[in-house]
Amino acid sequence: MANNADTHVKNRTEYEYSRRRSADEMRGQVTTFAIMIFLTLIAFSAVYAGFSAYYVAPIILLLAVVQVVLQLYYFMHMSQKGHETASMFLYTGVLIAFITVLTFLTIIWW
Amino acid sequence: MDLNSKYTPQSWPEHPEQATLEGKNKFVGFWLFLGGETVLFASLFATYLALKNKGPSGMEFTTQGLFELPLVFIMTMLLLTSSLTSVYAMYHMRNYNFKAMQAWLMITVLLGAAFLGFEIYEFNHYVHLGFTYDQSAFSTAFFTLVGTHGLHVLIGLGWIILLMIRNAKRGLNLYNAPKYYVASLYWHFIDVVWVFIFTVVYLMGALE
Repeated sequence: MANNADTHVKNRTEYEYSRRRSADEMRGQVTTFAIMIFLTLIAFSAVYAGFSAYYVAPIILLLAVVQVVLQLYYFMHMSQKGHETASMFLYTGVLIAFITVLTFLTIIWW
Repeated sequence: MDLNSKYTPQSWPEHPEQATLEGKNKFVGFWLFLGGETVLFASLFATYLALKNKGPSGMEFTTQGLFELPLVFIMTMLLLTSSLTSVYAMYHMRNYNFKAMQAWLMITVLLGAAFLGFEIYEFNHYVHLGFTYDQSAFSTAFFTLVGTHGLHVLIGLGWIILLMIRNAKRGLNLYNAPKYYVASLYWHFIDVVWVFIFTVVYLMGALE
């Protein structure tokens, strides 16, 4: 298998720029983490608060979806360039997942 | 060029995981695998949702009576934090800092092991209550879903530990950078699945 990598030695300015950019990105990741912790806290408190399941269930499901999107797009870098094929694979999986869950719920409950 | 050639922080590529053809292939192949994993877990979730609280007549076990949310909360925090520590590991990989990467992966492994310890405690507790794997449709669906996730955690731990040991003396190069990157993706995906487990199984199970 071809293992040729493009070798480019960065000069000082490029190197410092690249360092700073990855440090900025890491700060963003920590913010993402804080938001994810916050969403989790809301989900648990909503259940503890004892509101009607009809209100709480959709809310915590939405919180889970938001948290997963953050995980995929930031922690797993799907927001970066070059993830078109990756997104296609994942969303195909998500589509089949959605149909599977929907089918099981509707066939068995109704 | 030899895959094992040495780099400096200046010559280390911006995206070491995709700097070689092998790295690119691993990356694409791994995302295809994650799409497949999504389908696997969807089928287990669907089965669980269909069979939740179903069992022999007079069954005393329900999601409301069984699950203990404080434990689930601790497990969630552990796994979520381990996801961040593996982001830190990848940050140091990008900066060509092998030691810091290994250190953050070590923390990730410890957090993951703590999570798994709690899960084993939880399952053991249920079995002692009489909620065994073959007790009801509900118990089988529950243990299969959550247990498959637990198995993924175990595999992830073994994978990361092996990578850390095998490359301890080699240091970071373009041969192992994609391996580390893909292992970290796997670890994040485990957290993605757990987000749905704690929401759909535990939190929604506690409702009503």
